[in-house]
Amino acid sequence: MSTGFIENTAGPGAARYAQKRAAKGRPVQAHNPSTRRPGWLTYALLVVVFVVSVFPLYASAMYGSSTTQEISRSVGSLPTWFPTLTLLDNFGEVLSASQFNFWMAFANSVLVAVAVSASTVFFSTLAGFSFAKLTFRGRQALYLTVIATLAIPAQVGTIPMFVMMNDFGWIDSLLALTVPGLVGAFGVFWMTQYLQEALPFELVEAARVDGASMFRTFWSIALPAARPAAATLALFTFVGSWNSFFWPAVVMRSQLTMPLVIPQLRGAFTTDTGLVMSGVFLVAAPLLIVFAFAGKQLVSGVMAGAVKG
Amino acid sequence: MGWGQRLSRWDIKVSPYLYISPFFILFAIFGAFPLLFNVVVALHDWHRRAGMGDYVGLDNFTWVLQQPLFWRSLENTFSIFLWGGIPQLVLALLIAAVLDQNLRARTFWRMSVLVPFVVMPVATSMIFGQVFGQFGLLVPNLQDLGLLTHVESPFFQDRLLSHAAIGSMVVFRWTGYNSLILLAAMQAVPRELYEASTVDGASRVRQFFSVTIPSIRPTMIFVILTMTIGGLQIFDEVRMFDGGGTGGGKGGADNQWTTVVLYLYNLGFGDWQDRLGQAAAVGWIFAAVIAVFSLVNFLLTRSISSSSARTTRVSKAQRAAAIAKARAVAADSERRAREAGVATLLGRTTPYDDQRAPDDGGPSDDGGPSDDRGPSDDGDVAQPDAPKEGAHR
Repeated sequence: MSTGFIENTAGPGAARYAQKRAAKGRPVQAHNPSTRRPGWLTYALLVVVFVVSVFPLYASAMYGSSTTQEISRSVGSLPTWFPTLTLLDNFGEVLSASQFNFWMAFANSVLVAVAVSASTVFFSTLAGFSFAKLTFRGRQALYLTVIATLAIPAQVGTIPMFVMMNDFGWIDSLLALTVPGLVGAFGVFWMTQYLQEALPFELVEAARVDGASMFRTFWSIALPAARPAAATLALFTFVGSWNSFFWPAVVMRSQLTMPLVIPQLRGAFTTDTGLVMSGVFLVAAPLLIVFAFAGKQLVSGVMAGAVKG
Repeated sequence: MGWGQRLSRWDIKVSPYLYISPFFILFAIFGAFPLLFNVVVALHDWHRRAGMGDYVGLDNFTWVLQQPLFWRSLENTFSIFLWGGIPQLVLALLIAAVLDQNLRARTFWRMSVLVPFVVMPVATSMIFGQVFGQFGLLVPNLQDLGLLTHVESPFFQDRLLSHAAIGSMVVFRWTGYNSLILLAAMQAVPRELYEASTVDGASRVRQFFSVTIPSIRPTMIFVILTMTIGGLQIFDEVRMFDGGGTGGGKGGADNQWTTVVLYLYNLGFGDWQDRLGQAAAVGWIFAAVIAVFSLVNFLLTRSISSSSARTTRVSKAQRAAAIAKARAVAADSERRAREAGVATLLGRTTPYDDQRAPDDGGPSDDGGPSDDRGPSDDGDVAQPDAPKEGAHR
């Protein structure tokens, strides 16, 4: 068999190796990822990955299912392997805690996340439509500016942003969490990339010829065409907003969002680990429900972003 | 010119700018302005309540650079970055390679690696804090095995161990996400390259290092770069590692795991501290550090992956040749498979098997490593199992 090709592409070492391998008479295994069914080792590895992925939340539910005594007796292992009714008792106590208002925090988080993702999707699609399908002077330079702003590390602006929020009177207000996030460079970039490919110029032209206004063209031609990418963008923005902790920790005081409940737990329940962990589970669980329905889309979003990015 | 026509022209001219303006207005207010304003804050004595004080020049910068805690937090940040980054990259590559197969329940496995991405980092931090704690899952078992002699959990005492624990949270959160990015890149590698290298006898491990890794290099650089910028700004995980109760959230009793962003936060908003001017200076210094480090990282990654690819890089011509060769193999084997099928139908064995047998036998009958025939040479590429391969295509 020819080792010349291997030597040319992979070097003499690889060629020697291939020769040795062939000399031992080993059959050359075909690794064609698209057709060959993998063996049990692959699935064993994937099961390990799966267990690790879900373990922290599972562990928090198991701690939350236990009393302080049970937890202190279970040193070195989980206090229980199955959820118990204690979990529901603990949920009740977290939801009715006097030190923080869980439902208020939940409502705040939903409000901010929905507002931010809806607005991000709308304005990003609008800008993406303009960058991808309309011609205007300075388009290229402006688009490059958008991309360049992606590289600015967000936390550099923390202190001046805090001073600004203070001047606006937005400290401890949901406005401080919502307004700065109404549209971002990533969203504009994402939608522009998508619309460049997904929206044919002919469609835009046809709408214009039919006498549709620019906005009408956007609304009835570009927006429907952008739907898959818009859904993914909404999902990512929602997850990001829901989980964000640093900026809310800077500007919020008594008004809480879901991540801000977490630091309150130790203060409220001190050494009752079961109660604290049930609170952690309650805070983290809602997004898991979202994931159960939209996880597939999130996966394809991550993978699509990789090809373009 | 009619009114409607004028409106229409105005529509065409102004709309494009109108549509992109929300982003630029918002960025001007909450992106560009704070960046410039940060300079002003950093040059003044500035407090939360009192606001702007005296102009102090570069005093805030010199103050920060003289703080041992600043340097300690910078060290911690890089240490945690390495603890979180290196295992993450290795594991992400491994998981991506595992996922890049013809799996059953493919969507389920892909979703399962992405679960940690949606788990709130502060929640992860609390749970890992419990697991790494004195009565958690890990420490008592390590003590029983005699690997730990500490009475208290060393993960909250020892500097490096606390970094390892926090690094494990970073690994947990981002490995699956990055593995999907790498998986997408792996799937874009032309399958013909695998076929050609298979034909040439490369093992699967060899294929991974000689075909897969060089082919996904740009994506790897992208992953490493985003990992660097995001990883250095770590805050959530370190803030809640010790539960954030009374006296918590400061990065440890001895600032074992205080990172730069946590330092900035504590400087500006921590208990008994109100040094916005100094915190703004930290912001600037840190931005410079990130910029320089990202650049160094980029150059390093590029040179490492290109030097390791020196022997393995496949030029365009070689790739084209490889693809052509694989196609020839496929076509050839398809023909053989077809003829074999016909032969079976006719009730006799494949004539080709007898004819080709001598070729399939030994590797040395057409020269050793010094063989300088071009890759387009496909005189003897037929393999015993090639028909099976070709039939799938």
